[in-house]
Amino acid sequence: MIEVRGLNKRFGDSRPTSVHALRDVDLDVAKGEVVVVIGPSGSGKSTLCRCLNRLENPTSGEIRIDGRPLPAEGRELARLRADVGMVFQSFNLFQHKTVLDNLTLAPMKVRGVGRAEAERTAHELLDRVGIGEQAAKLPAQLSGGQQQRAAIARALAMRPKAMLFDEPTSALDPEMVGEVLDVMTSLARDGMTMVVVTHEMGFARKVADRVVFMADGEVVETGTPEAFFDSPATDRARDFLAKVLSH
Amino acid sequence: MDVITRHLGEFGDGLLITVELTLLSLAGALVAGVIVAAMRVSPVAALRAAGTAYVETLQNIPLLVWLVLAVFGLPEIGVMAGLFTTAVIVISLYQGAYMAEAVRSGINAVPVGQGEAARALGLTFTQSLRMVILPQALRTVVQPLGNIAIMTIMNTALAAAVGVVELTAAANRVNLAEAQPIWIFVTAGLLYMALSACAGLTTGALERKLAILR
Repeated sequence: MIEVRGLNKRFGDSRPTSVHALRDVDLDVAKGEVVVVIGPSGSGKSTLCRCLNRLENPTSGEIRIDGRPLPAEGRELARLRADVGMVFQSFNLFQHKTVLDNLTLAPMKVRGVGRAEAERTAHELLDRVGIGEQAAKLPAQLSGGQQQRAAIARALAMRPKAMLFDEPTSALDPEMVGEVLDVMTSLARDGMTMVVVTHEMGFARKVADRVVFMADGEVVETGTPEAFFDSPATDRARDFLAKVLSH
Repeated sequence: MDVITRHLGEFGDGLLITVELTLLSLAGALVAGVIVAAMRVSPVAALRAAGTAYVETLQNIPLLVWLVLAVFGLPEIGVMAGLFTTAVIVISLYQGAYMAEAVRSGINAVPVGQGEAARALGLTFTQSLRMVILPQALRTVVQPLGNIAIMTIMNTALAAAVGVVELTAAANRVNLAEAQPIWIFVTAGLLYMALSACAGLTTGALERKLAILR
């Protein structure tokens, strides 16, 4: 479904302060697979996630989605992005539109769905993520957890083939993390192909088919959650786990 | 005082022309401003360059020079337009440069994530600009646009210099006949102030109505 080969990303390419955010990253995500990417801050997890739908332009390397190379900026790319849902750390709901309009905009403008059908789908999805009664509100009137669930519903409204989650719970108050993770868990159970960048180790252990551990822009280790959490193969991973699991 | 009441008709006609010049120029300037601002944030380098060139050229030459140039220059290249029409077009394009800069600052004030979310959903750059970014950007720049509207009202007075009989020209004509400059131009000034007050009130009302929760 998603194939990444030799991906490199440098920020501030020509300057002496340039950052090599991704170094020769390879990644495969099969259809229906849930891949959770973890690692310390600045390890390139989010950059990898954002490269997958070209919100960041990779410096070199190849990304294929459904066997087709990711096109450069333009209509082609827009079409591909429509098939890959993305959920952001800061929700990014359209502030000037109601929750319902947030969900119907892209299906109507990109997919050409009629308003009635778009709204019916939107209501179904809002019910599914448990915020059906918030449809007429503006994003700012919702709690963080509700906003993030609305953002997930907005991505699902495009009927994507795969979903990318870029630290979806990092901006949430602790008591709202659970409700968002529940929605993501049920999505995973329904067979959605997912790439999840997160710091939620419990979610990784419980839901992931595969854990990818990144550090300093490289994929250091990859394996099943059991193998990774119980017997990490590298010192770097052992060190990281010792820090995040010690509390 | 009866010098004013005797010439109410002239003042009225002048005021009407000033209002028409202002409203038409503002509409034109808003359209030009949004288009040029969109060009200046476009991913296409040539469009960005053209947008920048537009703003720099229009802003760095005085409006009066543009007006005189258009009134005498356009017929030279075969474009025949009335004085009023010429003034509307020139003021629109000139104020459009200022509008463009205000709108661009509004675009820059919209959080980057809004555009990213729009593009991640498959909207093209133009669609995300039109449906997500501009509606939010324009709401944040209501106040600066209001200032530009007031500046536009004041700048319509320059059309007097190329023969459009708006409020200032009308006052001048009355003065030529009556030679009472203080009364006559104080009256003209008060009328301009009244127009500005209308613009200010409209801006305030719009800002309250369009404010978005963040």
